[in-house]
Amino acid sequence: MIKINVNGDTLELAENATLTELVKQMSLEGKLYAIEVNEDIVPRSEHPQFSLHENDIVEVVQAIGGG
Amino acid sequence: MTVETKKDQALNIAGKTYHSRLLVGTGKYKDMAETKSAIEMSGAEIVTVAVRRTNIGQNADEPNLLDVISPEKYTILPNTAGCYTAKDAVRTCRLARELLNGHDLVKLEVLGDQKTLYPDVTETLSAAETLIKDGFKVMVYTTDDPLIAKRLEEMGCVAVMPLGAPIGSGLGIRNSYNIRMILENAKVPILVDAGVGTASDASIAMELGCDGVLMNTAIAAAGDPVLMARAMRLAVESGRDAYIAGRMPRKLYASASSPLDGLII
Repeated sequence: MIKINVNGDTLELAENATLTELVKQMSLEGKLYAIEVNEDIVPRSEHPQFSLHENDIVEVVQAIGGG
Repeated sequence: MTVETKKDQALNIAGKTYHSRLLVGTGKYKDMAETKSAIEMSGAEIVTVAVRRTNIGQNADEPNLLDVISPEKYTILPNTAGCYTAKDAVRTCRLARELLNGHDLVKLEVLGDQKTLYPDVTETLSAAETLIKDGFKVMVYTTDDPLIAKRLEEMGCVAVMPLGAPIGSGLGIRNSYNIRMILENAKVPILVDAGVGTASDASIAMELGCDGVLMNTAIAAAGDPVLMARAMRLAVESGRDAYIAGRMPRKLYASASSPLDGLII
């Protein structure tokens, strides 16, 4: 297992887990979201190949109400 | 005495034509159903959203805002609300573009402090420069300073949006003379963003000649947001019509409306 930080919280994932697997774990499949890993945006097309590593800092964002 | 009428032209932002001159936010509503009803009633075609962290494993069943306010039906305008530095604002815009599959129209706002939510002009200029270079179409929230408004236009912002009063204050258009100065020199759409409290405020902005009005709290925090959304739609339309029609000149003394000829006395 590896420990990563997702939106400020620690999360345990399997070794070599991909962003697609993280998205699945967060129940975000089919929704509009964007992901940054260590402050770099990872385009959606690269999520299936993008492996996460110990201590990665991940931000997963979506659109919410705002003015 | 003849009164000059203005030429009406449809609102065009970054090459796209809009029929509605009312832009609305999606914050502060009771729930998604109310958000949807109010936005539909407003007739707005451009709708602002915020970009925030998803909650880990929480509210997974709650509808996503973009399921209710569909990007196919509306032009989604992601904002940088909550950003206090150019860096954070640019980062937020890039996330928004990824989130919306390459959609590059953004509302840039870089705020100075939490009490006033007043725009930080130096950070705003810096963020606008980076974003424009990066291919974004920037609608920029700024102060009602005519020189800064012009500078943002010259940098390449697609719309300049001065405040009427602080965000969420509902104080109305506090410096209409500055808004007029901004309008006089503008070559891009000028929209009043922030400060509108009620329908007459929106009409005043439009009567001044603004190209549109952007608001959120005035509708969302009304007792009946859906009814207020209708009031705002009508207010923006009537203010625009009054501007185009050209108001009568003000006179100190009366001028009879009925003919003086043919009186029986």
